Amino acid sequence: MSGIREVFPVEAGGFTTAGEASATIKQILKKLGVDAGVVRRVAVASYEVELNLIIHSLGGELLLHVDDHRVRITSQDRGPGIPDIDLAMREGYSTASEDARSLGFGAGMGLPNMKRNADQFAITSDPGVGTCIQMDFNI
Amino acid sequence: MTLAQMMEITGAELLVPGVPLDKEISAGYSCDLLSWVMGREQPGMAWITVQTHLNVIAVAELIEAACVILADCSQVDSAMLQRARDDGFALFASKHDAFTLGGMLYAAGLRTTERP
Repeated sequence: MSGIREVFPVEAGGFTTAGEASATIKQILKKLGVDAGVVRRVAVASYEVELNLIIHSLGGELLLHVDDHRVRITSQDRGPGIPDIDLAMREGYSTASEDARSLGFGAGMGLPNMKRNADQFAITSDPGVGTCIQMDFNI
Repeated sequence: MTLAQMMEITGAELLVPGVPLDKEISAGYSCDLLSWVMGREQPGMAWITVQTHLNVIAVAELIEAACVILADCSQVDSAMLQRARDDGFALFASKHDAFTLGGMLYAAGLRTTERP
């Protein structure tokens, strides 16, 4: 399989188009013949990170990179950053707005769901600058 | 259990004409928090929720749910309905609440999705 790189811009507050990037990523992986179980894990994790960009960030992008050994999803945003990553990783902890919560988001399960579904999960954040999440899925 | 059998058991109304009703339901889960549902996803699941907006269909398709059953449903969001019809996704509405729907399906043999 030749390497594939795709970039998906994600707009802050774009609830009506939420999930489009993740759905496209899922279609690409299916077409590449990636194992169905891996595709499902990537779909859940990429949806969660896409929603985090929509709910919490000032906008950003998702990057898909596929090679012979792994699927890599990288999320990079333009802020505002996470002051306490350990707290943000805790199940049930959320800073989502009331608007987001009224749609069923903000359960405080997004980051834990990403970590559980990915084979490798890394998060770095610089308050005032932005957050980067990198998830690898072995294939 | 097929979608047709689920309809017979619960009386749920199909909102998307033409959806194949011989599709199998593997398990059921009832929750209104989207991340909880994704944490308990299982292919072919029936998802019972009161949430009526576009993002429910987006999540249901991503996790390959067999159907969404809207509980306590008197009115369906038009954008949600359009999305389900465009995609041919099996969306149902029921006057029953989520507890009752779950009870009916459990009594008929359907079980909850597996814990991760």
